[in-house]
Amino acid sequence: MDILRFITAGSVDDGKSTLIGRLLYDSKSIMIDQLEAIEKQSRNKEDGEIDLALLTDGLRAEREQGITIDVAYKYFSTPNRKFIIADAPGHTQYTRNMVTGASNSDLVIILVDARNGVSEQTRRHSIIASLLNMPHVVVAINKMDLVNNAQDVYNNIVIDYSEVADTLGLKDIYYIPISAINGDNIVEKSPNFPWYEGDSLLHILENVEVANDINYTDARFPVQYVIRPQTEELHDYRGYAGKVISGVYKKGDAISVQPLGLTSTISGIEIGGKQVEEAFAPQSVVLHLQDDIDVSRGDVIVKTDNLPSVKNELDVLVCWMSNKPLKAGNKYLLQINSRVVKAVIKEIEYKLDVNSLLKEPAPAEAQLNDIIKVKIKTASPIPFDSYKKLRVNGGAILIDETSNVTVGACMIQ
Amino acid sequence: MINENIVTEDHKNTLSNEGGAAYHRLDYLDQLESESIHIFREVAGQFERPALLFSGGKDSIVLVHLALKAFRPGKFPFPLVHIDTGHNFQEALDARDELVNKIGEKLIVRNVADTIKEKNLTEQKGKFASRNALQTFTLLDTIEEFKFDACIGGARRDEEKARAKERIFSVRDEFGQWDPKLQRPELWNTYNGRIHKGENVRVFPISNWTELDIWNYIRRNEIELPSIYFAHNREVLEYEGQLVATSEFIQLDPGDKVSVKKVRYRTVGDMTCTAAVESGATNIDDIIKEIIATKTSERGETRIDDKVSEAAMEDRKKGGYF
Ligand SMILES: Nc1nc2c(ncn2[C@@H]2O[C@H](COP(=O)(O)OP(=O)(O)OP(=O)(O)O)[C@@H](O)[C@H]2O)c(=O)[nH]1
Ligand SMILES: [Mg+2]
Repeated sequence: MDILRFITAGSVDDGKSTLIGRLLYDSKSIMIDQLEAIEKQSRNKEDGEIDLALLTDGLRAEREQGITIDVAYKYFSTPNRKFIIADAPGHTQYTRNMVTGASNSDLVIILVDARNGVSEQTRRHSIIASLLNMPHVVVAINKMDLVNNAQDVYNNIVIDYSEVADTLGLKDIYYIPISAINGDNIVEKSPNFPWYEGDSLLHILENVEVANDINYTDARFPVQYVIRPQTEELHDYRGYAGKVISGVYKKGDAISVQPLGLTSTISGIEIGGKQVEEAFAPQSVVLHLQDDIDVSRGDVIVKTDNLPSVKNELDVLVCWMSNKPLKAGNKYLLQINSRVVKAVIKEIEYKLDVNSLLKEPAPAEAQLNDIIKVKIKTASPIPFDSYKKLRVNGGAILIDETSNVTVGACMIQ
Repeated sequence: MINENIVTEDHKNTLSNEGGAAYHRLDYLDQLESESIHIFREVAGQFERPALLFSGGKDSIVLVHLALKAFRPGKFPFPLVHIDTGHNFQEALDARDELVNKIGEKLIVRNVADTIKEKNLTEQKGKFASRNALQTFTLLDTIEEFKFDACIGGARRDEEKARAKERIFSVRDEFGQWDPKLQRPELWNTYNGRIHKGENVRVFPISNWTELDIWNYIRRNEIELPSIYFAHNREVLEYEGQLVATSEFIQLDPGDKVSVKKVRYRTVGDMTCTAAVESGATNIDDIIKEIIATKTSERGETRIDDKVSEAAMEDRKKGGYF
């Protein structure tokens, strides 16, 4: 059994939460007491139908307003796959929560309301999916029941969205007509779309190939913690604890510790206290080195024949997630995996226009939800890879040192 | 109790076909385990005074097991902390002490009864008078006493609809309060644990595990659990469809239906607010079969404390609960 992590996206009220509710309901993943609870809640609403969106809209404020505010995580499995679902909010105001859920997803389901077609928010979420290098995209054209299941409505939206997808370079796209509320094309193929040749949504989710999303070539091991028992019998024990975020490490491999570049050889690998010959992504392990060299938290152990970039001047695409504007000259902390350094914004180069998908001249300051390209200088060089090449070692966050809040998502170029 | 020589052979990660993706493939339980270990080590790397909140239930026992994998042969960089309501199942306390003894880590126990005395708190009254709400006072006092900056807990997102919304690193203010409308973004696996003095972070390493994942993991790693998780005969009170163990902590009224039934527990909390389920499952395989077949959620079937209001859990979290 493997794991697929996916997220819903799209405009407010396009039916994201309803879709997740339907998927859980039709795959029999909802328990009776949970169903009873939402039935009770739904009766307070006018039409009397069960509101499946209540399955994920778990906060009081969400239920009162009938919108999603923050990501809800839901789980279900079929015989060969465990699914981790992030149900994202559609409101522009809460885009940062959508980015939160999307950053860990392998697949995004972008919902489009068949009556409205591709909207600004559809584009915004598609840009985010593209920036995050989302490996798989499902475009679900929802509320087909409200347009008489018409093929031409569907086709026109597919044509419109294909343009967006081409411009953004989205990969592995599936298009599907659905009615979340009626369950059409969700778990089973619906007879309402005889003209649709693809599979049901669940079938797509069950069969998307996820194993290839892991990079086994560029070995990267950020050190999180040094294990030193300092007891009598383990006097010289020194293990570097961390997660192999990409690639494969074997005993005997020649390694280099970045950013300083000290070299050594892997003398041992432990997983859960047991010696092994090799470790691969995404295993959490302990590495031992032949030589007593300086290695601490935040360093990245790599193989000498495959080095990351090590620089203190970075070109970065940023999703800005704070109400305080970002300006050239502002200082932040930049955290990439376990490494934290001081950083300053040298320059805003341009802003991405969400509607035209074109670069706009740089604004004096970036506002909440803006997507901008900036130059950042860090206090010391950091080891990284370009986000496009290696998602796990090219994503960083900006932290406001005064509020401690995470204010920016960085995709290093 | 916990098997320290962890067996990994039974879940072969390495198939044939050297080199490619098919050769290196991690089973879902290994993926979850690795994610949790990574979170544990981030806590160790980022905080000065973390603590692991240990309740004695299966989730916190799995947490301890994951911590062993994260830090052995070193010591845990945190103590285990038990906020003791005084309403525990004896079996759970015994299992707790046996586990702590076996792994040789530090256990801190703080009693809700002491807080009640010191602070003159008013205890709930009635049939199932519970100390669940008062527990938060003791927890916050304990955090202050030891200046804990991070508290690791065994909450899972599949348990409850408010938990489904919480970040893995969940920042709480000085009063322990959660603000669900203002959570920090949490990107990739990069955890931002920076806080101001007086604040603390609740960390949930098994956020993405389901009840079934926990049981499968317990089976695979041969983790020992308190005996009450397995079917046994017990005197129970039948109350509004739930089976509550009779004890000195609950009040029996004339006309109450009390009988001996074969039951097991799906969750282990206080005797006053945890219900048992009828079951003949005396081993893990049978329990897993029952869980796969069940039509009721874990909390729905066994927790009396969630039923009070629609948003009971959200409200408790806003007030400083785990
Ligand atoms: N007719 C029809 N209505 C639908 C369908 N899917 C969703 N709806 C309705 O559209 C409304 C919004 O649905 P939600 O699922 O809450 O929308 P959402 O995308 O999650 O909204 P946010 O999370 O707030 O962005 C609800 O009233 C649903 O009942 C559909 O397939 N057909
Ligand atoms: Mg929603």
